[in-house]
Amino acid sequence: MPTTPFWRFMFYAGVFAIVIIAVFPFYYAIMTSFETGTAIFKPNILPEMFSWQNYEQVTGQRAFGSSILNSVFIASTTVFFALLLAVTASYALARVRFRGRSLLLMTILGVSMFPQIAVLSGLYELVNFLGIYNRPWALVMSYTIFTLPFTVWVLTTFMRELPTEIEEAAIVDGATPWVIITKVFLPLLWPALVTTGLLAFIGAWNEFLFALTFTISEDMRTVPVAIALLSGASVQEIPWGPIMAASVIVTVPLIILVLIFQRKIVAGLTAGGVKG
Amino acid sequence: MSSDKSTNASPTAGKTLNLEQQRVRAAYMFLAPMLIMLLIVAAWPLFRSISFSFTDATANTIFNGQSEWIGFDNYVEKKIRSNGTIRWKGVLVDGDWWNAVWNTVRFSIVSVALETILGLLVALVLNAEFKGRGLVRAAVLIPWAIPTIVSARMWGWMLNDQFGIINEIMLTFHLIDKPIAWTASSDTAMIAVLMVDVWKTTPFMALLILAGLQMIPRDMYESARIDGIHPLRVFWRVTLPLLRPAILVAVIFRALDALRIFDLIYLLTPQSDSTITMSVLSYRELQQFGDYGEGSAMSTLLFLIITGFVLLYIKLGRVDLSGEKS
Amino acid sequence: MTSFFKATVAATALALGASAVSAAEITYVSGAVGNAVEDFKKIVAPWEAKTGHTVTLVPMPASTTDQFGQYRLWLAAGNGDIDLYQTDVIWAPQLADHFVDLSATAGELMKSHFPSIVESQTVDGKLVALPLFTDAPALYYRKDLLEKHGASVPTTWEELTATAKAVQDAERAAGNNDIWGFVWQGNAYEGLTCDALEWVKSSGGGQIVEPDGSISINNAKAAAALELAATWPGSISPEGVLAYQEEEARGVWQTGNAVFMRNWPYAYGLGNGSDSSVAGKFGVTTLPTGQGHDTSAATLGGWNVAVSKYGDNQEAAIDLAMYLADAEAQKTRSIIASNLPTIVSLYEDADIAREQPIIPQWKDVFLQAVPRPSAPTREKYNEVSTLFFSAVHSVISGNAKAADALAGLEDDLDDLLN
Repeated sequence: MPTTPFWRFMFYAGVFAIVIIAVFPFYYAIMTSFETGTAIFKPNILPEMFSWQNYEQVTGQRAFGSSILNSVFIASTTVFFALLLAVTASYALARVRFRGRSLLLMTILGVSMFPQIAVLSGLYELVNFLGIYNRPWALVMSYTIFTLPFTVWVLTTFMRELPTEIEEAAIVDGATPWVIITKVFLPLLWPALVTTGLLAFIGAWNEFLFALTFTISEDMRTVPVAIALLSGASVQEIPWGPIMAASVIVTVPLIILVLIFQRKIVAGLTAGGVKG
Repeated sequence: MSSDKSTNASPTAGKTLNLEQQRVRAAYMFLAPMLIMLLIVAAWPLFRSISFSFTDATANTIFNGQSEWIGFDNYVEKKIRSNGTIRWKGVLVDGDWWNAVWNTVRFSIVSVALETILGLLVALVLNAEFKGRGLVRAAVLIPWAIPTIVSARMWGWMLNDQFGIINEIMLTFHLIDKPIAWTASSDTAMIAVLMVDVWKTTPFMALLILAGLQMIPRDMYESARIDGIHPLRVFWRVTLPLLRPAILVAVIFRALDALRIFDLIYLLTPQSDSTITMSVLSYRELQQFGDYGEGSAMSTLLFLIITGFVLLYIKLGRVDLSGEKS
Repeated sequence: MTSFFKATVAATALALGASAVSAAEITYVSGAVGNAVEDFKKIVAPWEAKTGHTVTLVPMPASTTDQFGQYRLWLAAGNGDIDLYQTDVIWAPQLADHFVDLSATAGELMKSHFPSIVESQTVDGKLVALPLFTDAPALYYRKDLLEKHGASVPTTWEELTATAKAVQDAERAAGNNDIWGFVWQGNAYEGLTCDALEWVKSSGGGQIVEPDGSISINNAKAAAALELAATWPGSISPEGVLAYQEEEARGVWQTGNAVFMRNWPYAYGLGNGSDSSVAGKFGVTTLPTGQGHDTSAATLGGWNVAVSKYGDNQEAAIDLAMYLADAEAQKTRSIIASNLPTIVSLYEDADIAREQPIIPQWKDVFLQAVPRPSAPTREKYNEVSTLFFSAVHSVISGNAKAADALAGLEDDLDDLLN
């Protein structure tokens, strides 16, 4: 936090600029969500009309509510499994020396190097084979796999930075690896956990291609597919108003989630963990 | 407990050795669930994709086993036309493909560079303590949180040459004298994509770097301040080196996503020569043309190119995979 | 809700014992646009009452690319969940192997439909889908502006170019700076294939690939048509037209900033809406012709129903398909959804004319409709179309000369198809 008045001013100006740039398009979308008809095609910064019609259309849409529930379930479950598998795996990769560690890290990364479309047909086969077609588990499984490389790498990197002294102290005290992970490292890793959790959640929440391909009945759809199902009166018409309304409805829970969890990002290492 | 430690050395030494082995065994056990999952779910589709690239599979024949092995023909093949002229076909000799590669690489380098620098700046700002920090954090994450379909449509709308608000604002401030056809003209289309991508992805980088900043112990700053060192020097000598691992990881994953970029190009631009990327070409072959042979060849080449870049990056950035130095 | 319904049907079927065999549940998949779901229920109600079967609609997102990708995946995997597919006019020929041949069953019925539509769904003599409703673009023009500047409705592309320029310049001189002469769809996508096919065919330049499979695109008339279109961006059309799809063109038109627009029927009703700046000020006519050619050409859109080979209830499914393609269902659909029917006689129908006056206006448009070459090129159609619209886009964006682009296109098409 800068001390001189000039730099303080510059600092706050910077904050202001960042917020405006980040939020303006969203503000514009919100404004559009309250407009209907031709007003949408006019560029205006301040709202010219105000109507709930778009929101009514969206919430009245068949199965929109269930798609939100589906998305919440799938995204949360994905994050849970991804973090669980990643925390244990990254402890092994970060703190234990064994042969082939680098190769393993690279292989894990390799999963993220294919374009989504290339793995679609293979995954479809797999999902059919396992009998989870048109079930949320098809998506949980797909998302977990493709989130894992990211979560593993980030947690491995951060875990490596943790000081070895606490771990050694714990080992001397006779702690098993599991205890070390849960009682010693986890509390220190909050920033990394929350960050990867949030990013993984948003990724799973917004994914479209797999969600479209692996579900067929309306009550199994997720939010991005539900938004894509919003339509105008004909094939060529794009229903801007309802789409903007839907994106507002859909983004607000994410923002609330961030507001709740962002305090955890601040945790940071307190001196207490290292001294003594 | 302490009495155990004070007894003679050999039992303790034996215990430590066992402990090391125990740790390695525990490590394998911890890794196993994740590896098994990866093997079952990721290996099969990836394997299928690579094997398709050596066959003449089409969308109609991928499941019924009627496709035939054609070796490297999807990659490069010599065909002789009915009128006798020789024609080389295949992804490796396709001008469109190499154009897409060039577009993708160029885009990736610029976008990752911009996003890293901006992300770092934003992270530094968010790291400071000021009132309303939580709200600003949430605000900053909004671009990343909005589904890509929506933000691509939104920006496409805002960048429209006739009724787009961006042109409107720029005209009002006399920055330009006539509306720019952002997404239509081949000169500006890529810039439009970059703009949207930087807007969308800087929060991702910022958040990861912020997590890294938050994990730096506060007493480092304390002691630096007490010693009276100039903040900029503290940043260069202390903060940045400690942030290096976080930045490197963020850059790798951002680069992976940038090299595979699809949604923005597909939704925002007319996918003409100036903006088409490797993923879009591959998608076109697979989804639209149903040519699984050629499409998979493209995906496999994309994979190889990305692998090349990652290896280069690890070498040049001296990324420490084995963690020996820490 | 659906599963509860299914359970009730199943339970009832079981309870009825032997008669349960005839009460089938047909699954119909289609893009869910607008009120499509509610309308669909009304359209199939008489059939359900008559046969005792039930029909379930599986909705898909509006994006036709998504729909097509999904259908193809299902059909390739032999998925038996879906009995009937609602297909875009260019799809059934690409998926011909997976659909039942309806030429014998529907031969008689097809005689009452527009011939070009039936032709578009016939592959090697096999009828792969039945027409449900159709779509074709027209030329929208501003009656008020033409009257004001003493211009008449153009019948040729050359006239259109001149009139658009004259009216646009006059309007701009009078202070209306945002106005343009002509908006259309110049983005590099399937829609450009439609626009360009119209320019070429109406100038006597052929249909890209003729129904017999020959590649006809590389000719002087086609080149001249493309060269004319290449003069439009920047002069009578905004530069941005090179990225416009249907909605962007409609946006410029509906805010009153275009003299002419080429677009589909959906824009008609929206243009007359209460918040439109052009309500009541415009008319529609067939698209112009070029270079002295006598017939106009409007690219066929529209939707059809195809019967899957892998479904469990083929007999009932075929019956439903025949019902949907017949006059009764088409009339209901026209009246409640303002979809344009494919049966010629319905264009003279008094009820339809009264409820949906737009429909009789489009009859001439359909009589001069041209299908895209999806039937002769089958599963390679998408790639053919991409090659075509890429070539056209390079010409209209000024990056290539038409003659060169078309010569290269002919080579590429030859390599692809032979």
